[in-house]
Amino acid sequence: MDKQFVERRRRDLITAAGLAAVAAIVPLFVKDVYVQNIMVLTLMYAALSQSWNILSGYCGQISLGHALYFGLGAYTTALLFTKFGVLPWFGMIAGGLISAAIAMALGYPCFRLGGHYFAIATIVIAEIGLLLIQNWDWAGAALGIDIPVRGDSWLKFQFTRSKLPYFYFALVLACVAWFVTWWLEDSKWGYWWRAVKDNPQAAESLGVVVFNSKMGAAAVSAFLVAVGGSFYAQFVSYIDPGSVMGFQFSLLMALPAVLGGIGTLWGPMLGAVILIPITELTRSYIGGSGRGVDLIVYGALIVLIALARPEGLVGLFSRRRKEATR
Amino acid sequence: MTALLETRGVWQRFGGLIANSDVSISVGRGEIVGLIGPNGAGKSTLFNLIAGVLPPTQGSIIFDGEDVTNLPAAARCQRGIGRTFQVVKSFETMTVIDNVIVGALVRNTVMREARRKAHEVLEFTGLAARADVLASDLVPAEKRRLEVARALATEPKLLLLDEVLTGLTPTEAQTGVALVRKVRETGVTVLMVEHVMEIVMPLVDRAIVLDLGKVLAEGKPSDVVRDPNVIKAYLGDRHAVGA
Repeated sequence: MDKQFVERRRRDLITAAGLAAVAAIVPLFVKDVYVQNIMVLTLMYAALSQSWNILSGYCGQISLGHALYFGLGAYTTALLFTKFGVLPWFGMIAGGLISAAIAMALGYPCFRLGGHYFAIATIVIAEIGLLLIQNWDWAGAALGIDIPVRGDSWLKFQFTRSKLPYFYFALVLACVAWFVTWWLEDSKWGYWWRAVKDNPQAAESLGVVVFNSKMGAAAVSAFLVAVGGSFYAQFVSYIDPGSVMGFQFSLLMALPAVLGGIGTLWGPMLGAVILIPITELTRSYIGGSGRGVDLIVYGALIVLIALARPEGLVGLFSRRRKEATR
Repeated sequence: MTALLETRGVWQRFGGLIANSDVSISVGRGEIVGLIGPNGAGKSTLFNLIAGVLPPTQGSIIFDGEDVTNLPAAARCQRGIGRTFQVVKSFETMTVIDNVIVGALVRNTVMREARRKAHEVLEFTGLAARADVLASDLVPAEKRRLEVARALATEPKLLLLDEVLTGLTPTEAQTGVALVRKVRETGVTVLMVEHVMEIVMPLVDRAIVLDLGKVLAEGKPSDVVRDPNVIKAYLGDRHAVGA
């Protein structure tokens, strides 16, 4: 009786696999390191935004402090490696788990806040995290951490000669974030989250424990973002508080989803593919004195989308959505 | 046989306002009970207390032999109390079928089962044709129906209907009445708050009248409407004398 539904889910999966396959062969033709760099960042932000979308899009708890989890992932990996010689792969998992735990610890008081107050709290908490790291001498304080690079190694996940390994890892990360979302979308949690977003009181009356739902979304979201942060630390091999925990990261996770379609499966991907290259290109071509032009550009994009298609760019593709629009 | 639902000496105060004072009612298994009374009588408050939106200031609520007074709404739903809202609270960005699936997930952990159950409920409530429409695109009568469908998907033992027939056209209301009867036939007990007397009175087995937060009268609908106290509460002293 639900052929259409099953069909649509399968089509999403096949489309994703196809896109991933195409993306995987692009670097064979694009040898330019600068362009490859942009592709890595685009995939990374796609993954981050997809993860952000789980808490803020599906569950409706707008977070503007996800830079905290990004930074925690980066710092956990870098510290474990430089201080204890723990391989980044384990650092990645550790960073994810720590972030998930902290997201839940913070959610415990914060999820009692409604709407905008929650968003404001997330900004403040991320700033506090930034200040704490800035003043923590053992963790390098404001100077940050230099991750020693000793040549190409998958074990240590560092590569000097080629960006391709990073590219493929970022691709896998984006695929994982997408797949997790796809899988959660048709799960108990997915339905609960959307119900919580639309109407918590009604959700509660239907047996949904609203608080636990939010906690679950926060944990999954923070875990995935932290893995992204770990990756970033390895990718740039030098981190300092501002460069991994600054407010701009919180924005750069939220904006692709908002542009592409918040709370949708494809929105963050689509948004990242459009937004990140624009950001990077404006930054390098109108950079220097024009610092901030990239921000102006995507500020303008967001205004445009808010006026023309508030549900995001995916609205252009979704037939059902169009039919539904009165 | 013990009652399915019992409230024992329930009080609810909001600051200085007493919304429910010493309300003790009971609802037997398989009954359709109407909860009526003028505006501000405390019907909605009592509903919220039974559904677990807030705990009563005093008193206890017994459901299916268990004291549920301190359980939150979600836990009460799991135990078999389903409800609708007076002001409809659909999940607006979700389709009709997805709305109902949320309810069905209480008793079905496998997605395919929940989906099947949701379709079954949509069929039962006459919304099957609208399954893939966004809830925000439903007309008011359909939204009320969706409220009922969602609650039914949780497979409740007791269904609390908060003014589901209010504001409907006479034809829509009659379909609503038929639906409530059908629900009862499946073994679900119904407690309903309603304003429209001529519709609700023939439907319910028993009516409980609240006024100023207290139980004013209780009994067969035909008796209750002749009760002088009830007439007084609704129409004032002058009319009560004539009765």
